[in-house]
Amino acid sequence: MYTAVPQEASNFVAGVDLAFMVILGISAFFLIGLTVVMIVFIHKYRKDKHPKAVQNEGSTKLEIIWTAVPLVLVLVMFYFGWMGWRPMKNPPDEAMHVTAIARMWNFQFQYENGKTSDTLYVPLNEPVILDLVALDVLHSLYIPAFRVKEDMVPGQDKVMWFIPGSPGEFDLFCTEYCGLEHSYMITSVIVMPKEEFDAWVLDTTAVEGPAAGADVSLADQGWEVLRKNGCNACHSQDGSKLVGPSYLGGWGNTRTVVTGRDEREVAMDEEYVMRSIYEPNADVVKGYNKGLMLSYEGMVSEEEVKLIVEYLKELNE
Amino acid sequence: MTSQTSESKVHKTYLEEDMGRKGIFKWILSTDHKRIALLYLYSMMVWFTVGVVLGLLMKLELIAPGKTLMGPQAYNATFTVHGVIMIFLIVIPGLPAVFGNFLLPIQIGAKDVAFPRLNLFSWYIYVLGSILVIISLFGNGPPDTGWTFYAPYSFKTGTNMLPAALGAFVLGFSSILTGLNFIVTIHRMRAPGMTWMKMPLFPWSIYGTAWIQLLATPIVGITLLMVAGERILGIGFFDPAKGGDPLLYQHLFWIYSHPAVYIMILPAMGAISEIIPTFTRKTIFGYKAIVISTLAIAFVGYFVWAHHMFTSGMSGTALFTFSILTFLVAIPSAIKVFNWITTMHKGSISTEVPFQWAASFIFIFMIGGLTGLVLGALATDVHLHDTAFVVAHFHFIVFGGVGFAFFGAIHYWFPVIYGRMYDNSWARTGWIVFFIGFVTLYGPMFYLGMKGMPRRYFDYLEEFHGPNIISTFGALVMITGLVIIVTNLIKSARSGPIAPHNPWGGTNLEWRIKSPPSLENFDEIPVIDKATYKFD
Repeated sequence: MYTAVPQEASNFVAGVDLAFMVILGISAFFLIGLTVVMIVFIHKYRKDKHPKAVQNEGSTKLEIIWTAVPLVLVLVMFYFGWMGWRPMKNPPDEAMHVTAIARMWNFQFQYENGKTSDTLYVPLNEPVILDLVALDVLHSLYIPAFRVKEDMVPGQDKVMWFIPGSPGEFDLFCTEYCGLEHSYMITSVIVMPKEEFDAWVLDTTAVEGPAAGADVSLADQGWEVLRKNGCNACHSQDGSKLVGPSYLGGWGNTRTVVTGRDEREVAMDEEYVMRSIYEPNADVVKGYNKGLMLSYEGMVSEEEVKLIVEYLKELNE
Repeated sequence: MTSQTSESKVHKTYLEEDMGRKGIFKWILSTDHKRIALLYLYSMMVWFTVGVVLGLLMKLELIAPGKTLMGPQAYNATFTVHGVIMIFLIVIPGLPAVFGNFLLPIQIGAKDVAFPRLNLFSWYIYVLGSILVIISLFGNGPPDTGWTFYAPYSFKTGTNMLPAALGAFVLGFSSILTGLNFIVTIHRMRAPGMTWMKMPLFPWSIYGTAWIQLLATPIVGITLLMVAGERILGIGFFDPAKGGDPLLYQHLFWIYSHPAVYIMILPAMGAISEIIPTFTRKTIFGYKAIVISTLAIAFVGYFVWAHHMFTSGMSGTALFTFSILTFLVAIPSAIKVFNWITTMHKGSISTEVPFQWAASFIFIFMIGGLTGLVLGALATDVHLHDTAFVVAHFHFIVFGGVGFAFFGAIHYWFPVIYGRMYDNSWARTGWIVFFIGFVTLYGPMFYLGMKGMPRRYFDYLEEFHGPNIISTFGALVMITGLVIIVTNLIKSARSGPIAPHNPWGGTNLEWRIKSPPSLENFDEIPVIDKATYKFD
């Protein structure tokens, strides 16, 4: 529970946990108290000990008391809940922005300098605003240790924010059910000191595109494109059927696709691969569902498609 | 009160009265409210078995991280179908359709409901809805959207979501017509002298429920039609790509589905309010307060739906309002608990099986209700929303609340329904095993949710493993309890010893007529001259 997490993991932990303590404390008091009273009554007034019931139709005084007291208590609980939550809705004006992009079934984080990552790196003690983007269906970004969660709704611009307060690695989950691989839509937040973070965010060589280095083979660069864009959540390397068809066994062969309502045979060539990435619902391989994949036009460049093709060639050699 | 003037006449029970019909037609053509109640009971038992098996499969899958029993697609379909069956086919119709049908006319001194044929028709609609749910399991595969059918995933999935949604749509009509029938019955058919304030508390709770059924269900009907329009015609009400709004769907869905929780729990509270006076030999404490709190829950229950959406991005004002209203709806429930427990004070308590169910209901319901408070508060809900905590909370309310009350009710009214008694020691064994299993099954999920385990997860991280093992173990214990309880009841319904007249010493009308009742319940409509729950 929250004991397992440092209290300063984010700027919201203290407020949220205080609300937990107040509400759970009052609740535990009533649960235990009322249960004990009930058990005492059942024991004390059981038939053989108390053969004649004493009738009592009610008491207006008692009804008023046990309406008024809980009313005050729930308003207290509401207050702590409200106070713990209010700062979450008030992001600071000056803060680092990271765009969090969710799609079935991975997160991608884009930094202001264009760097992208599938893990969320953030600097210690600096406010971070996440601009939430959902590309396909509802998702929800949840960092239990930080006590933050916000749904990601397609077509809606939303933000969430926090100030990480202790270095380390924390779980980040998708908590809004989003289909087949929902439970695998998890990654981490890595909180690091400001200097380390700055060094990391400025180092754009490791991840970006074909220029990454001449010593890496084209096929390997293609694999990196697939990994970075989260393709592997739905397409396997080993021929197993996931949401979409596997990379294995496709290249150079023909396959049956459904175009509109008609079935046709197509050969898998470069044109086909590009079409599948940019207009994924135009031809859907028979046996798979339409509408699950989004167009990657603008996210995967034509050059990157060529790298993917190199990868597919090598895999199917 | 009930005059037993026709002692000389041979008592022919409703089970013996077949109106000249044979075999199954004795049941499916009968407009007798008692036979219809049993039709619902038996259909629900079949569905309940399916739902429980699906639940068990989920718990077995979750006993360890990774794939244990089935793949993610099968798991997602399992929790969806489990939810659809349990919510739309069991807990929503549950107590109103079974006990409301059986007892409401008797308890208010009527021969039947106001519209007996409409009543039978409602059951046929229920069956039609069930068939649609069955159809959804075939073809493109069972739905995998979750029982909430959230947009836009529900429009993208290739599975058979539409028949399941249409099933829920059709079941809604069954609910609306039953509610309408009960409202008219209560207004028009109370026996002479039974003023509103002399009416027992179970009919009162059915009355509150019936209004929710009548007023809230059409909204889900319209919503599910919009879903159909969306999927078939691609209109785009909820599709952001076409300018629609996914949150609109959530609002419409919960405007019905939150009050639906009160459709489930109000009659459960009504049953408990009947059981406790009988076994404490005391008049119910605070009759008026309980009546008012019933109506208050039914009313305020309409205005709290958006507490299911605290992380969806509504305005701060909306969150403030819905949070505070959610806390207010807790008050009438608390009042009921205080009144039940105070009724036990200075009573003369016999801890028979129905009383054990009622007392354990209060305990389980308090846990369910109190854990709802952290979900109603904004700061804590942000952390707990869509985690295992929510699953634990609503199983305590919906399965714990409704389930414990249902079993309490069936053990209480068993002698009226079948004219026989069940085996007491098996009933007690079943109760305690079920109780222990229930707490072991759902208790650890509170902890998991606090730790941050999201719900609807086919697979989970190693850090969540321990409590999941305990939970699965609890499921096995609980199901053992269920098997004991149900076997005992089925056996006893067929061949239990004949029940004596009014074995518990109840005061309502159903205890003053012969059990099982005759086709028309009363030889002569009784005249009511004093309040019920008088034990002097």
